[in-house]
Amino acid sequence: MTKFDIELLVLLPILLPLAFAIVMLFAWNNLQFQRVMNLVAGSVGFIVSIVLFSTIYVNGIQVVAIGGWKIPYGIVLVADNFSAIMVLMSGLMGFAVAFYSIVTVNKKNEQHFYYPLLQILLMGVNGAFLTGDMFNLYVWFEVMLISSFVLLALGGKQEQLEGAVKYVTLNLISSMIFLSAVGILYGLTGTLNMADLAVKVQLVENQGLVTVVAMMFLVSFGIKSAVFPLFSWLPASYHTPPVAVSALFAGLLTKVGVYTMYRVFTLIFDINNEFIGTVILIIAGFTMLTGVLGAAAQNDFRRILSFHIVSQVGYMVMALGLMTAFSFAAGIFYIVYHIITKTNLFFISGIVEKIKGTYNLDTLGGLFKKYPSVSLLFLISAFTLSGIPPFAGFWAKFTVALAGFCIEQYLIVGLSLFVGLLTLYSMTKIWNYAFWQDEKQESEMEREFYKIPIQRKYLLYSPSIFMTVVILLLSLFAGSAFDFAVLTGEQLANPQYYINAVLGGK
Amino acid sequence: MTLLLAIVTGILFTAGFYLVLRRSLVKVIFGLMFLGHAANLLIFNIGRLTKGAPAFILEGNQTAVEPYAEPIPQALILTAIVIGFGVQAFAIVLFKKAYQMIGSDDIHSLKSTDRIA
Repeated sequence: MTKFDIELLVLLPILLPLAFAIVMLFAWNNLQFQRVMNLVAGSVGFIVSIVLFSTIYVNGIQVVAIGGWKIPYGIVLVADNFSAIMVLMSGLMGFAVAFYSIVTVNKKNEQHFYYPLLQILLMGVNGAFLTGDMFNLYVWFEVMLISSFVLLALGGKQEQLEGAVKYVTLNLISSMIFLSAVGILYGLTGTLNMADLAVKVQLVENQGLVTVVAMMFLVSFGIKSAVFPLFSWLPASYHTPPVAVSALFAGLLTKVGVYTMYRVFTLIFDINNEFIGTVILIIAGFTMLTGVLGAAAQNDFRRILSFHIVSQVGYMVMALGLMTAFSFAAGIFYIVYHIITKTNLFFISGIVEKIKGTYNLDTLGGLFKKYPSVSLLFLISAFTLSGIPPFAGFWAKFTVALAGFCIEQYLIVGLSLFVGLLTLYSMTKIWNYAFWQDEKQESEMEREFYKIPIQRKYLLYSPSIFMTVVILLLSLFAGSAFDFAVLTGEQLANPQYYINAVLGGK
Repeated sequence: MTLLLAIVTGILFTAGFYLVLRRSLVKVIFGLMFLGHAANLLIFNIGRLTKGAPAFILEGNQTAVEPYAEPIPQALILTAIVIGFGVQAFAIVLFKKAYQMIGSDDIHSLKSTDRIA
């Protein structure tokens, strides 16, 4: 591939969703066309992300200077291993959710620009993963947020609006803190390019102010990635929108916050800063524990899963807080497995809702007897999420714990293992209530479900089956996947790779 | 001037956070707006103020001659204002819709999402 091809390839994950969204908007009253375009967009996006991933794997870090401006003056896009993994994940999500949306999103929502918004959301997410410029990151965050605001409120039910009010308010505050921090950082260093910042932040005389800015970033990304004590918007909103939206949010949105946290705290701020590491570890501990305890109290399929996102984000942040190359690798592997598993669990919750008409565990039951295949799908994901050995979740939790043992942080490791046990408890709870216990009575909704033609049922199941296959592949080839995660962890732990790639080796 | 702007920024941040913590939805919106303005002013101020010297390269010169205002903070604020405008417009519509549906602008009445089913 020539230089030009590669540059185009790095831009495609951003340009394609935009192009597809525009085309869809022109056909705003033709839903069938929009559905097909969305499937095409999802598939093409997935293929592009795979090609990008393999290119980065072969050719190393790629840098694109937008508009040909000399680095570090213009905006740059940087695709290193970590970005490539995350774009691959977002491509995977876009692909699965495109298929899942067709059956689960109702017509009224589809008419209100569901599909274009989905593409714009993916564009924002990909942009945030690829950008190498702090202010540009803010812009991508806003692109992502504004489309997520609308997707969340789509349908306009009361609980959606209430959830959206909380989500919007807290995320706007987070953006303002982020913007202020970017401003102060610019004032201190005179640059916005991340690689350039990494060099110049070390030279700032007033290192106390640098730590203050670091904490501002921590608070801002903390709100976006839903860590303790800033997570309250997540369980208040994630169970309200159409389930396809829930699944996409659960898989991708909080992980964008985690991604930026990894990026900023490995690249720009000194990773050997004891203070920042300790703060992050304390936050991680509380996040894990409060999330899982919150889940234990809930009685609604999607709410349990929402609280588990919080708890799982704790693990990722813990891996960051340990601040070694191996812990970063473990954290990255954790993010990947979590995105796939969590999305699949939301997919299954949607299937259950489609069958029974409710997410409430008290009124569910008897699914195992009637739908053993759906139960099997749930079982695999639930085992993965709680870290039962042959599955990917076990390797993720094992490596995170191992990373903790390596630097003798026994307290947080002990806590993470305890939280793992509680995770198993909530998964057992869903299993017992929704799948295992006897059915109370056949609901009206279920008789409706029988009438759905078999092709549509397969369309409903297929994204979940696909994700389950991905989980099994990740579990089987955990070794090779983790090898790549180790390479990525090395890259994060040695910011010099990134800096040299962007600024040119000196 | 820098000091004055710094004080104004501080007041805006204080007022913004205070209003965001109030129970009325309307006040929360005003709080969000204040916070947006505060962040913009902060960037403006931190880019070092230069009076009466636009960031132009004069005719015949290859580079700009001191003193000139720094263009980047201005560009950043412009972007931030536009984004802030869009987001706030959305927030106002959302809050109004929520108010109509719930029939109260008291944040404590937004409880249905937290109730354990």
